[in-house]
Amino acid sequence: MTLHQFVDARSALLSVEGVTLQYKTEDALVTATHRVDFQVFQSDRFVLLGPSGCGKSTLLKAIGGYLSPTEGQIKLKGKEVTEPGPDRMMVFQEFDQLLPWKTVGENVVFALTASGRAKPAEARERARSYIDKVGLTKFIDSYPHMLSGGMKQRVAIARGMAMEPDVLLMDEPFAALDALTRRKMQDELLQLWDDTHFTVLFVTHSIEEAIRIGTRILLLSPHPGQVKAELNSISPSELGTGAQAALETRINDMLFAS
Amino acid sequence: MTEVLYTRPEIVRGDGKTNFLQVEKTLSVFERIYRIGAVRKAFILFVLAAAWEIYGRWLGNPLLFPSFSQTFAAFSSNIADGTIPARALASIKTLLIGYGIGIVLASLLTTLAIGSRIGADLLETLTSMFNPLPAIALLPLALIWFGLGQGSVIFVLVHSVLWAIALNTHAGFRSVSNTMRMVGLNYGLRGLKLVRHILIPAAFPSILTGLKVGWAFAWRTLIAAELVFGVSSGSGGLGWFIFENRNQLETANVFAGLFTVILIGLAVENLIFATVEKKTIRRWGMQA
Repeated sequence: MTLHQFVDARSALLSVEGVTLQYKTEDALVTATHRVDFQVFQSDRFVLLGPSGCGKSTLLKAIGGYLSPTEGQIKLKGKEVTEPGPDRMMVFQEFDQLLPWKTVGENVVFALTASGRAKPAEARERARSYIDKVGLTKFIDSYPHMLSGGMKQRVAIARGMAMEPDVLLMDEPFAALDALTRRKMQDELLQLWDDTHFTVLFVTHSIEEAIRIGTRILLLSPHPGQVKAELNSISPSELGTGAQAALETRINDMLFAS
Repeated sequence: MTEVLYTRPEIVRGDGKTNFLQVEKTLSVFERIYRIGAVRKAFILFVLAAAWEIYGRWLGNPLLFPSFSQTFAAFSSNIADGTIPARALASIKTLLIGYGIGIVLASLLTTLAIGSRIGADLLETLTSMFNPLPAIALLPLALIWFGLGQGSVIFVLVHSVLWAIALNTHAGFRSVSNTMRMVGLNYGLRGLKLVRHILIPAAFPSILTGLKVGWAFAWRTLIAAELVFGVSSGSGGLGWFIFENRNQLETANVFAGLFTVILIGLAVENLIFATVEKKTIRRWGMQA
């Protein structure tokens, strides 16, 4: 992990400092996370991993700017996050994140023009190149309802990447896919990353996925979510070797040790 | 407890496709025609017209129940001399004015309703109060306020359109998925821009339902209101045409008038709204 040897010398792209998140339900105030700290650096594939109830999705939403911490702060490039914005593009788990009244191409173009990230002509150009990258050139004029779940997620990823955000936030984007498609999408994501080395913050509850996707893994314990450990993942070349199995066992032990 | 284990041979098929099976087969002509909705409906209409004709002839009393051919003759002669088109135009003009005002007011109310909690309460209270009130029941009041004329009709029309559209649009806005809202916010869209670019298209199926229901209410209310008085500036609308002819015992003309009311209603439903539906929500896969 040569990338991470000198990280301390650099300043963090995204820093989460002592963040406590709470939300209200009908009759209770629920603490989702308690004083969570971590830092994400440029070109990290940072994974938030934990069982359900550890507040990882809530944490991602807070970084997205959809809810504000009751304690602590979230800073992107030194500036505090206060509201959602195109510098932190979200890829959701739900398939309905694409606008059904726009074609695949229009969905990406609209994201770019509506947010003011690009002028219409440039937006079309960029949309085409990113849709090409996820291998959906043939479907650029199709409406989302004509696509399979995996293709919809690819479009959402293309849209997120076309925006060229500071950090791409992915909230269990492959969780609703079947196992074979999920595996393929993971490999594709890694290939895309090889191209541009974008920074991605990825939420998952699958240990295997975390090891496959991440360069750095943050383990969270549930009720309320607290940082249990922050580990380095293995390099893709070590996948399928004993190193992967060892890390899996290590994470497993940490998550289920009580 | 004895277990018998068979070692069964593995089967691996080559790539060669068997080709004795026809993958795609064209349907027979009859089947293909039967699959066209318009053909099936036209057939039903034909049967109904035939039944009407037979009953009318069997009864033999055109004063009470003119047959289909008599009605059709009255209908075509009234179209030829321009009576029905003129009356229909007068009706539609009034209708469009009322419908238009209703849409504008409904958008104002729903914008207010999604903008603030109190606005939503206002809309909910108003719709639950006024939606059950038949528009025609307001006519006597409208006559006092606006006099005998178009003003009164438009007033009741607005009442009949407004609540249906506002109710459906508001329900549509509320049912827009949270993910879609978050996507809009992610793009940096706020306030009216979020409404225009995300909420309105996302709620379009409900909005269209509201417009359709509003149209149906308005059309019925209009004819009913015209039946009550309708005569404004010399030439009334279709309702007045029906009323007039009943007074003169021109029953075939009454039927022709009713026929026109049905025709216009059907045309708007099946041509205008169906086209809009096909071009929008069907194409977007938001409605099966």
